[in-house]
Amino acid sequence: MKLTGELDLNSPVSSHSVALNLRKGERLDVLFRGSALFSALLVFVIIVAIVVSLVIGAWPALQKFGFGFLTSSQWNPVTQQFGALVAIFGTLVTSAIALLIAIPVSFGIALFITQLAPTWLKHPVGVAVELLAAIPSIIYGMWGLFVFVPLFADYAQPWITDHLGDWPVLGMLFQGPPMGIGMFTAGLILAIMILPFIAAIMRDVFEVVPVTLKESAYALGATTWEVTWHIVLPYTRVGVAGGIMLGLGRALGETMAVTFVIGNAHKISGSLFMPGSTISSTLANEFTEAVEKLYSSSLIALGLILFLITFVILALAKLMLMHLAAREGTRS
Amino acid sequence: MNLYRRRLFINYFNLTVSTLMTVFGLFWLVWLLWTLLSNGLQWISLDVFTQITPPPGSTGGLANAIVGSLLMTAMGVAMGAPIGVLAGTYLNEFGRASFFAPVVRFVNDILLSAPSIIIGIFIYEVMVVSMGHFSGWAGAAALALIVIPVVVRTTEDMLRMVPNSLREAAAALGAPQWKIVTHIVYRAAKTGIITGIMLGVARVSGETAPLLFTALNNQFWSLSLDQPIANLPVVIFQFAMSPYDDWQHLAWAGALLITFSILCLNILARVFLRTRKPGH
Repeated sequence: MKLTGELDLNSPVSSHSVALNLRKGERLDVLFRGSALFSALLVFVIIVAIVVSLVIGAWPALQKFGFGFLTSSQWNPVTQQFGALVAIFGTLVTSAIALLIAIPVSFGIALFITQLAPTWLKHPVGVAVELLAAIPSIIYGMWGLFVFVPLFADYAQPWITDHLGDWPVLGMLFQGPPMGIGMFTAGLILAIMILPFIAAIMRDVFEVVPVTLKESAYALGATTWEVTWHIVLPYTRVGVAGGIMLGLGRALGETMAVTFVIGNAHKISGSLFMPGSTISSTLANEFTEAVEKLYSSSLIALGLILFLITFVILALAKLMLMHLAAREGTRS
Repeated sequence: MNLYRRRLFINYFNLTVSTLMTVFGLFWLVWLLWTLLSNGLQWISLDVFTQITPPPGSTGGLANAIVGSLLMTAMGVAMGAPIGVLAGTYLNEFGRASFFAPVVRFVNDILLSAPSIIIGIFIYEVMVVSMGHFSGWAGAAALALIVIPVVVRTTEDMLRMVPNSLREAAAALGAPQWKIVTHIVYRAAKTGIITGIMLGVARVSGETAPLLFTALNNQFWSLSLDQPIANLPVVIFQFAMSPYDDWQHLAWAGALLITFSILCLNILARVFLRTRKPGH
């Protein structure tokens, strides 16, 4: 009978007060449960509201330019001609460079932390890598523009152009004046920024691999590398892919660091050393200056495209990671 | 024998490369922090904290930007954290069997990684356009939207670590569900939830992109959240991109301040979490 609070069993009103307490508890229950549900609903509503407001904001531009918005490389506020191609190109190229660099490095880090590092070193190295993710984007941008770009332009870039610039086809990517800024620099800085995310997920999924599986391989005489490459990696393939997609999602939307170093030119160039622009850098640079309706609407349309791309990538990442988690569940 | 040698060689070679990759990753962290210290430390003075942002060519500090940032972060977290904690509570305590919880969890994870500049545009559309001007409230709302998914995620994770036997014991004593959650589960997961909120604060403290279109900036001393308000990230952006030497010096000082406060918050949050674990 004792339900809540203190209760004096000798008192004649005790059963009455118990009922009161019960009802109060029920009311508070409904209230608490309701506010929790409301908050959860809010999270859902936010994402729907973001999509709706982006579509409404982008509507004038989409109506004016139609499907051609995606394929036009025009971006001219004076003649009011807008197309997303240059920004989409820049976004995809910088993210691709970032992934090319970040994937092997993250794999190396995850391998080091899970298989090689002595126990006392595991945690500090893991935290240090994660701190890379904590540093604000704008700091990467300042460091990139004022420290990395001059060094890169003076030392690395002339060397790369001299040695790789003559290669057939591939050499085209590394030509151009050594300015330091450009798509390659943006991609490299993005790589450093997304590397902690990918490394953290790889590390986590590597630890999911059943010990018995690894020990069997070791017992058969496999080396650490063979265990990693033939046992751990195939087992965690889906999770690793999910982590890479998550990193890609980050890279696509990264704004401030890219804005500092990409050069902000509305032009598609074959060389990675030439300035370009991404969706997010265009938004950061021009959004507050866009007074004409069509101009700002086109910018919002860019934002919508960015959101849709990242949404799909992140959703895929999430599905892949869930797939691995589900397998882990059935195993035990 | 030859095969063994080759396999061993490949093994050692790849493991060395892996170690080098780790060094490569940490190298950037050290370089970044070194840059901040060597460029920023010399410009940190009392003026930075007491003077407001100067016009080019004269001396000043970052006082209004620091206060503006603190104010907006506090407001953003005050709005975002309760919603985040409650939504996380729903996911772990009430929504376990519902079809809605996985949907929210999915959406929340996407929100967690969504580009922050999109949040800025969204708040611009919803608040700045309808109010007719940039404002501190809009900035705080943008930050709140970034805090929410961080807090939802950590709260859910932390509540999941609370053993079910605690809930069952409380329920067996007749405690209503709100009491089980607030008095038992929250108390058991207190450190974890606070850590989540701290991580949320750390996450938004350096956010620049969403503030560009919402809070904008203000050269003057202003505490009104109804007006555009100065804030560290946007001031750093503006000053760093300017051609004026003394503005750039202030930008480095601000960058140093912001990064080290964020790193401290992060490390503190981790220490919190680690000291908590042995208890369970």
